[in-house]
Amino acid sequence: MRPFAYVRARTVQEATAAHAAHPGARYLAGGTNLVDLMKLGVEAPETLVDVTRLPLDAVEELPDGGLRVGATVRNSDLAAHPLVRDRYAAVSRALLSGASGQLRNTATTGGNLLQRTRCPYFQDLTKPCNKRAPGSGCGARDGVHRDHAVLGHSYLCIATHPSDLAVALAALDAEVELHGPDGERTVPVADFHRLPGDHPELDTVIQPGELITAVTLPAATAGLPSAYRKARDRASYAFALVSVAAVLDLDEHGAVRHLGLAFGGLAHRPWRARRAEAALLGATPTAENVARAVAAELDAAEPLRDNAYKVPLAHRLAGAVIGGLAGTHRT
Amino acid sequence: MQPTTPPPPPDAYHSEVTLRVNGTPRALTVDHRTTLLDALREGLGLTGAKKGCDHGQCGACTVLVDGRRANACLLLAVALDGCDITTVEGVAKDGGDRLHPLQQAFLDRDAFQCGYCTPGQLCSALGMLAEAAAGHPSLATDPDAPPAQGAVPLTPDEIRERMSGNLCRCGAYPHIVQAVEDVIR
Ligand SMILES: Cc1cc2nc3c(=O)[nH]c(=O)nc-3n(C[C@H](O)[C@H](O)[C@H](O)COP(=O)(O)OP(=O)(O)OC[C@H]3O[C@@H](n4cnc5c(N)ncnc54)[C@H](O)[C@@H]3O)c2cc1C
Ligand code: SF4
Ligand code: FES
Ligand code: FES
Repeated sequence: MRPFAYVRARTVQEATAAHAAHPGARYLAGGTNLVDLMKLGVEAPETLVDVTRLPLDAVEELPDGGLRVGATVRNSDLAAHPLVRDRYAAVSRALLSGASGQLRNTATTGGNLLQRTRCPYFQDLTKPCNKRAPGSGCGARDGVHRDHAVLGHSYLCIATHPSDLAVALAALDAEVELHGPDGERTVPVADFHRLPGDHPELDTVIQPGELITAVTLPAATAGLPSAYRKARDRASYAFALVSVAAVLDLDEHGAVRHLGLAFGGLAHRPWRARRAEAALLGATPTAENVARAVAAELDAAEPLRDNAYKVPLAHRLAGAVIGGLAGTHRT
Repeated sequence: MQPTTPPPPPDAYHSEVTLRVNGTPRALTVDHRTTLLDALREGLGLTGAKKGCDHGQCGACTVLVDGRRANACLLLAVALDGCDITTVEGVAKDGGDRLHPLQQAFLDRDAFQCGYCTPGQLCSALGMLAEAAAGHPSLATDPDAPPAQGAVPLTPDEIRERMSGNLCRCGAYPHIVQAVEDVIR
């Protein structure tokens, strides 16, 4: 590991100023991804700007009934927060289905969204990888890619984004607050992560030096039935093969007034299923209607040699989650 | 990766930190690359916490940081200045003379074979018991039950789910669950 300088920031201004003053700087939050990647040589920052002691560790209730979650709130604390469990169940469940008790105690809200892919070629300096070393090729495309993307991948990269939390936040219309050298801005979580396209080295739309200060959960989805379900190779402590987050609101006739649906494990970003949502709007969520709507979304899938199993798995998971929320299917 | 001895003067790549380890303040000059695990094992000679994977994947390095369980292999010591650390060496009572009931339960239940994962299992279980007592849910907790005010009852399913961050290559899992059940009864 390359030696590095260490700066402990006390305020948001101190953090962004320290980042700007030190070329090759990275923000350090829980470190559960960054320190791991530094050990592997994938990351080699010259300076770490520690943000864990910034005053961003609170979950605040907004006047309209939404929640503002500080960037350094630990994953375990967010999952256990009574208002989160009560109003945004999918967020709590997504967090609890990720990593381990120890890791969740350390991992932060901001760091979780910015964790890098678990593609084994990305983590291995001896292998080609366009995300880590642009232009070197993609080892996974013709290699081991059982865990990789079936939607929205490009010739250059077929990686998936590993966060469970991001999938739930995308379904619930949460937003990311960013604080950068040029001021503040807000980006919907569903638009925060990118598709790989010609630039797989860029995971998200974050700009150099920008700091995530908070994630806001909107009043519009507060208190609606929501759920998260994850399929994986072992019962606990494994990344998603496929996951589904959904939030559902039915009108007095049992027709869909609002559906937010997002998939994890299928793409380079949480896959917000807008086509399926539109197909179900105003319809009753019967098993047939849900199956047709989800099929419309997954028609776009382009599986690789070894990951075609993800498409029917996603289909069934989505059916079970939406059916469970509609009360027509026990998940 | 190791704290240098004798300590060089702090420069851009080293810092002085104080960790309260098992109740005793310990001042160290650390290379910033030093993990908490290496600081404990190499710097302070506390070899209870084990290095299994060094990547957050096995739980052998689990210690308590400010009372919460964490993987010492992914924490940088420099970031923990002023924190309270409890390692397995600090778990027994009366200065180490009297085993903690959980340690005794591990012995009574034969909850290990080689013992390499055991310090991590013990610290993890202690952290986990505190989390459940504080009402923190797990994936095994019914999400439809209203947010618990009090402690979450620990069924075997709850214990297994909450302890999934600690792998045991010897497969002592059934006895580990029993040992944890013994201390909650
Ligand atoms: C064994 C293992 C299993 C795991 N399993 C799962 C799983 O099943 N599901 C899952 O979702 N995750 C899983 N994870 C990943 C884990 O959730 C992430 O490592 C964690 O959420 C990252 O948060 P952190 O605070 O530790 O981030 P760090 O490692 O500190 O940072 C990650 C990145 O974000 C940047 N960053 C951090 N905070 C900010 C900020 N506020 N503003 C701007 N940039 C910032 C850092 O510079 C770095 O690039 C697993 C990890 C391990 C090691
Ligand atoms: S899928 Fe993406 S991350 Fe994996 S090897 Fe290919 S380019 Fe790299
Ligand atoms: S050594 Fe830390 S988790 Fe394996
Ligand atoms: S007792 Fe040998 S690894 Fe657990």
